[in-house]
Amino acid sequence: MSADIPGTGDPKTARSSSVLVAVWQRLRSWEGLLLALLIVIILINRSLAPGYLTIGNQVNLFILSIEKVIVALTMTFLIINGEIDLSAPSIMGLAACVTAYLFRAHVPFGAALLAAMLVGLACGLFNGFWIARVGLNSLVVTLAMQICYRGLARVLLEDKSIAQFPTWFNSLGQENLLGPVPLALLIFFVLFILALIILQYSGLGRQVYVIGNSKDVARYSGVRVPRVKFLLFVASGVISALAGLLLAARLGAVRGDIALGYELDIITMSLLGGVSIFGGSGTLYGVFLSILIILNVRNGMSLASFSGEVQTGVIGLLLILSVLGPNLVNQARTSLNRRRIAQASRS
Amino acid sequence: MKTLLRNIIRRFRPEQIRLLFLVVLMALILVFFSIEIPGYFNARFVIRQSTSVVVVAVLAIGQTLVFLTRNFDLSVGSIAGFTAYFVGQQLWWHPGIPPVAAVLLAIGVGVVAGSINGVLIAYGRVPSIITTIGTLAIYRSILIEYSHAIPITTNNLPQWLVDISAANVFSIGSIEIRTLFAIMIVAVVIFQFVLSALPFGRRLYAIGSNPDAARVAGFPAQRIVFLAFVLSGGIAGLAGFLFLGRFGNITVLAATGFEFQSIAAVVVGGVSNMGGSGTVIGAFLGALLLDLLQNSLFRWAVISQFWLDAIRGILILLAVALDYVVFGRLTNLWARAGLQTGSKEPDEAAGMSPGAGPQEHAEVRTHVG
Repeated sequence: MSADIPGTGDPKTARSSSVLVAVWQRLRSWEGLLLALLIVIILINRSLAPGYLTIGNQVNLFILSIEKVIVALTMTFLIINGEIDLSAPSIMGLAACVTAYLFRAHVPFGAALLAAMLVGLACGLFNGFWIARVGLNSLVVTLAMQICYRGLARVLLEDKSIAQFPTWFNSLGQENLLGPVPLALLIFFVLFILALIILQYSGLGRQVYVIGNSKDVARYSGVRVPRVKFLLFVASGVISALAGLLLAARLGAVRGDIALGYELDIITMSLLGGVSIFGGSGTLYGVFLSILIILNVRNGMSLASFSGEVQTGVIGLLLILSVLGPNLVNQARTSLNRRRIAQASRS
Repeated sequence: MKTLLRNIIRRFRPEQIRLLFLVVLMALILVFFSIEIPGYFNARFVIRQSTSVVVVAVLAIGQTLVFLTRNFDLSVGSIAGFTAYFVGQQLWWHPGIPPVAAVLLAIGVGVVAGSINGVLIAYGRVPSIITTIGTLAIYRSILIEYSHAIPITTNNLPQWLVDISAANVFSIGSIEIRTLFAIMIVAVVIFQFVLSALPFGRRLYAIGSNPDAARVAGFPAQRIVFLAFVLSGGIAGLAGFLFLGRFGNITVLAATGFEFQSIAAVVVGGVSNMGGSGTVIGAFLGALLLDLLQNSLFRWAVISQFWLDAIRGILILLAVALDYVVFGRLTNLWARAGLQTGSKEPDEAAGMSPGAGPQEHAEVRTHVG
């Protein structure tokens, strides 16, 4: 992916060789549009703050939203699969609250972390059972569970805030592990590469796409649809719990409303990346670009001193546009085709 | 036993049994808490209950219209919050605005917000869940920017609005019918009439139960979905006014999370998330049940009030699962009973293919174009 970046904004270089022509062809896709958008945003941000475009700052951006970015990976799998998990942020919150609750009850901290991961697993199994086995609509089930898991998190901590976790836990979240890279970022890159291999280059990945395209076709081709869906929801639960723990480590404190409202950013990261909300299409490359866009938009707006709420509104707008844009293009294309066919039949 | 079952089947439709079940459940809750909490059930309780359900019940009406077309409206909380603030501010600046104009203003603001949703969903073909997650954030952030974090308090509002939360239309014995409650009842009756008697209402059901068939039959599907969202927005505007009337103090967080409460109400009230079935009365009963539970748990000292959201979530899931498994089977049983009146026993006929019910619902459509 990173190989695509040089020479992108400039179409003139594309004429010089056939390789570049191929690259240019590729860039006319959704990913190319995202890349152009990203470059524009970065240029604007750079004019706002000199020294913006440093590796250090980009790493910093990632770190400030790393939990959402990690969950966006599993969300991408689910949306390509034609499902959605609205309960992911609540699972993040519940996992963090379980750890904090057990920590307050003087349970050994390692056991508290393990318990949180198990809770994430249980949430994923529970969602997966209702959606993949019973066959309920994932929107309604995960909406209900979003409310329920968040409620359980509030039950555990009520309105208190728990802090003063063991220092090693906080420093894992706040300090760098390798060079400028903290643990969370390392986990993200490992997960990203893993996700890339699974989704783009493995049999399971093909099954995810096939199911998203048509559940019936997948079933008649011998794909075990419930099993794949079940697996994805379990993965979503576990990864969300992990992200929740990383968030707790980074913030150093946990409250009942931790990770509240994250679904907006997470879903936007997937959909803006070109993942179709109707399932069956989208790539992780696009998602990676859209993650960069969203992080840079938020950061740029902070530089221009817009409040967090306005930023959230803009992300909401991006979410709608990321679905509306392709829809309008498709509609225009179909009506154009129809007209062409009509003309052809007339002549 | 068999004749009894047959008589039940002949006399009631599954939807009616569903509503009856809600009423029975509510009665059980009342009995349980009457035993648990001394002095629980009295006239004061009825009055308090009747005003506390108002906002969510009105939001649930709009949510029902949208649900019938197989869509969601997650933005109603933000619309209601914005309307409550906006109307409150206008009344603060121009205290001379007559009450009717204030209500119309609230509905108008909601209609504008609802039409934005409607255009995106019906004509832009953006799935409702995506659109309204987006506008949920957008409308709220507009409110936060617009208000400059200045709250509206009862001191700033004209006296009639401050008094409206305790004003009565009439009273039956010691039970007073509050104005806000009366407005809600009128809204419920109007929209129940729209759904069960007017062509527009029937078309909502047609589109929800089978969008393709409705389109083939020549229904203007896009326009109807658009109108459903416009109405949902307008009703959310009305709910915003009721919120303002009931609380008087409006911050930027007004009505946050009410979208979940309204969805919980309609789902528990038997409105199908797969479209095409459900009533406004059901949604109202759902809202009442959840609110009754909330108020009762609040007074019950045994478990903490923090359990409310967890219970609400589980209730939504249970309602959906029960409808899917049990209600699907029941409908199937009724359909077969209708086909084979006379020669065969209906329960026997249904027994021939167990599990056939839910299969009809197996094609879960997440999105509507």
